Amino acid sequence: MTGATPRRDWLLHLAVIALLFGVQFVLPAYHYSNVSKIMVMASFAIGYNILIGYTGLLSLGHAMFFAAGLYGAGLTVHHLGFDPLSGFLAGLLAALCLSVAIGLVALRTAGVSFMIVTLMFAQAGYLLTLYFGEFTRGDEGFVLKENLLRVVVGDTGFNLIDPAARYNLALLLFTVCLLGSLVLVRSAVGRVLIAVRENEQRTAMLGYNAFLYKLLALVISGTMSGAAGATYALLFTYVGATFAAIQYSILPLLWVLLGGAGTTLGPLLGTLLMFYLVDVSSGQTSSYMLLVGAALIILVLWAPKGILGTLREKRIPWLP
Amino acid sequence: MDHSKKDSNTKRLIRVSRRNVIKGLGAASALTASGLVPGAMRYAQAQSSAPIKIGFQAHLTGIGAAYGRWYQRTTLAAVKLINDTGGIGGRPIELVTEDDGTDPKRGAEVVEKFATEHKVDFVFGTLFSHVVVGSAPTAGQLKMPYFVVSEGYHVASGKLNRYVFQPGITDVRSQVISMAPWVAGNLGKKVAMIFPDYAFGHDHRDFFTKAIAAQGGEAIKHIPVPATETSYTRYFAQIPAETEVIYHVMVGPGVLTFVKEMGEHFGSKRPQIFGFIDSLEAVDMASPGLEFLDGTYFWEAFPRYAQKDQSAFDKFYRQAVGVNENGAAVDDPKDVSTYSHMFGCWETLYVIKAAVEQSGYRSATPKDKAALIESVEAMTDFAESNEHPQGAKKFNGQLHQVFAHQSISKVEGGRLNVVHRTAIEDGMYEPEADYRTQSL
Repeated sequence: MTGATPRRDWLLHLAVIALLFGVQFVLPAYHYSNVSKIMVMASFAIGYNILIGYTGLLSLGHAMFFAAGLYGAGLTVHHLGFDPLSGFLAGLLAALCLSVAIGLVALRTAGVSFMIVTLMFAQAGYLLTLYFGEFTRGDEGFVLKENLLRVVVGDTGFNLIDPAARYNLALLLFTVCLLGSLVLVRSAVGRVLIAVRENEQRTAMLGYNAFLYKLLALVISGTMSGAAGATYALLFTYVGATFAAIQYSILPLLWVLLGGAGTTLGPLLGTLLMFYLVDVSSGQTSSYMLLVGAALIILVLWAPKGILGTLREKRIPWLP
Repeated sequence: MDHSKKDSNTKRLIRVSRRNVIKGLGAASALTASGLVPGAMRYAQAQSSAPIKIGFQAHLTGIGAAYGRWYQRTTLAAVKLINDTGGIGGRPIELVTEDDGTDPKRGAEVVEKFATEHKVDFVFGTLFSHVVVGSAPTAGQLKMPYFVVSEGYHVASGKLNRYVFQPGITDVRSQVISMAPWVAGNLGKKVAMIFPDYAFGHDHRDFFTKAIAAQGGEAIKHIPVPATETSYTRYFAQIPAETEVIYHVMVGPGVLTFVKEMGEHFGSKRPQIFGFIDSLEAVDMASPGLEFLDGTYFWEAFPRYAQKDQSAFDKFYRQAVGVNENGAAVDDPKDVSTYSHMFGCWETLYVIKAAVEQSGYRSATPKDKAALIESVEAMTDFAESNEHPQGAKKFNGQLHQVFAHQSISKVEGGRLNVVHRTAIEDGMYEPEADYRTQSL
């Protein structure tokens, strides 16, 4: 982090966003849709990265925050007839409240205990989505009708499921999350979070309330994950309990570790690579998870800090 | 693993390139001219000999893998047979298989990949309800005819869209309500229901509770079991003493434990027990611990064990798929099939074949797709035949859902013997939707 020039950081991040904006005009239909989805899931991973990468807290329950956003938006639009923006805000609020509540309890623990407590809360959240099957249709889930997803702007309007709207709204979410995380980690607050990650006791001795900073990180992380969940529901129109299950707590961990924990662009790279690793290898063999596993073992052995983490260590020290 | 290798080899074998088809047609014409090939074996002289591409959305990994493997075998067998007997309207099927990992997010991506990368004509074969519901919006948005083989009450509920059909297997609502008259008349009227605490189980709970009440019976206790449960003893303790019939349906890895613990709980003194074969699909009835099931009853869509009055169609179908008279793989008698579900793939492919031929479908244009969809919606009856070996069916174009006969079988000496076969009408209900009102 030393010797970083803010302008260079910003140029890199803006270039990535510009690239994502530009490629929409040349991407074939399938990849166009894939990149829309990857940007939403990368936003989830960016949220996760704030906690694991910059604060050093390994959560095994982030699916609950994603699902809070997903159901917060999905249920209000489906059952209460909220318009998409209100639905998104409801999802955001649900994730915010949940992350405050979970943080106040779970952050009383640390290390392995924190992992277990978050895992247990997430499991309880998953079971709740099944328990309230009358509204959620449990594991089967429900579909948001297209006519509920129309956004009216002045005299005109558009539908969220229109591919171009979907792509650019996903890009908007991603941009806010990416630049938000850059601002955060470059700020004084971000420095304290990194200090907590490196040595919590010493940070406390310097006069910082480590608990409050960790709570702040968890709330930002959870809310960002919830924003991704709400966006997923609204853009891809499906809401189901699978997204609250354990695999959606593990996936962001894998994406972040692959791209590079504690790097702002790592989550995007990890999500992108993992998506295409599965997409390409599943076309070749039914044992594609073996390939994914092998890739992760190689990563752990030769690049334990992830792709961008290793690059930062060896080639680009200014990478945030 | 041997099977998946074999299946993928078969898949490769039946993928037909345009060049091979043209070569094949040339050879076929020569043979036809020489009078060596019977008419039914020829590809008809269609204007286009390009393959009909069908995307097979398969659960090859994830929780649905045991079903997915058999869905794939059945599908490959049906595709081979259709291609060997002239294809669809003279065009061979090119099957493109993609694994969705039994995940709804990946399911939607796979449907999209079929539509925009593989450029298939139709997508078919999805089983698990959450993958169907997760994938259906994408199929609708891309205007891709999507034929599912799921038995969920999602298509018929009207919650999906006009591009989604279930023409090969009945939905759970229909199955459940058709069981109630026989259960009330033969096993008892006070029923305790034990079911998984998610959508599939809730459908059983809601529909059977109403259906048994209509027969003068009563569901005296509902016992939902959480999806993550691994031990069931405490749930059996909740079954009231006055229970006459236990109605159980359980899926997933805990099934064997569930049945074993049910046996241990009741011993030799037990109420009547009626279950859905979903609990034991792909499970050998001779598995240790299942002895307790002797004398209990199961719903089956298609009897796993060849019956004394086995139809010629069942015989034909078993042989083509490679299933022996005990419902297991011919080449591995321990590899038990998902016999009550997988026939849906076979029958659905024949519905697609009929729809293409009846509608004059040629290519994936909006006009041809619309004609195909309207053609399926106009279908009403499927006769029992090699194409529909499970039995005759009635198709409701308004609901996009098929209705069929169901069987009730008794476990006797480690095999399932059919004791009752329902009428198709027993499983019919008042429609709650009409997809035909949606625009194409």
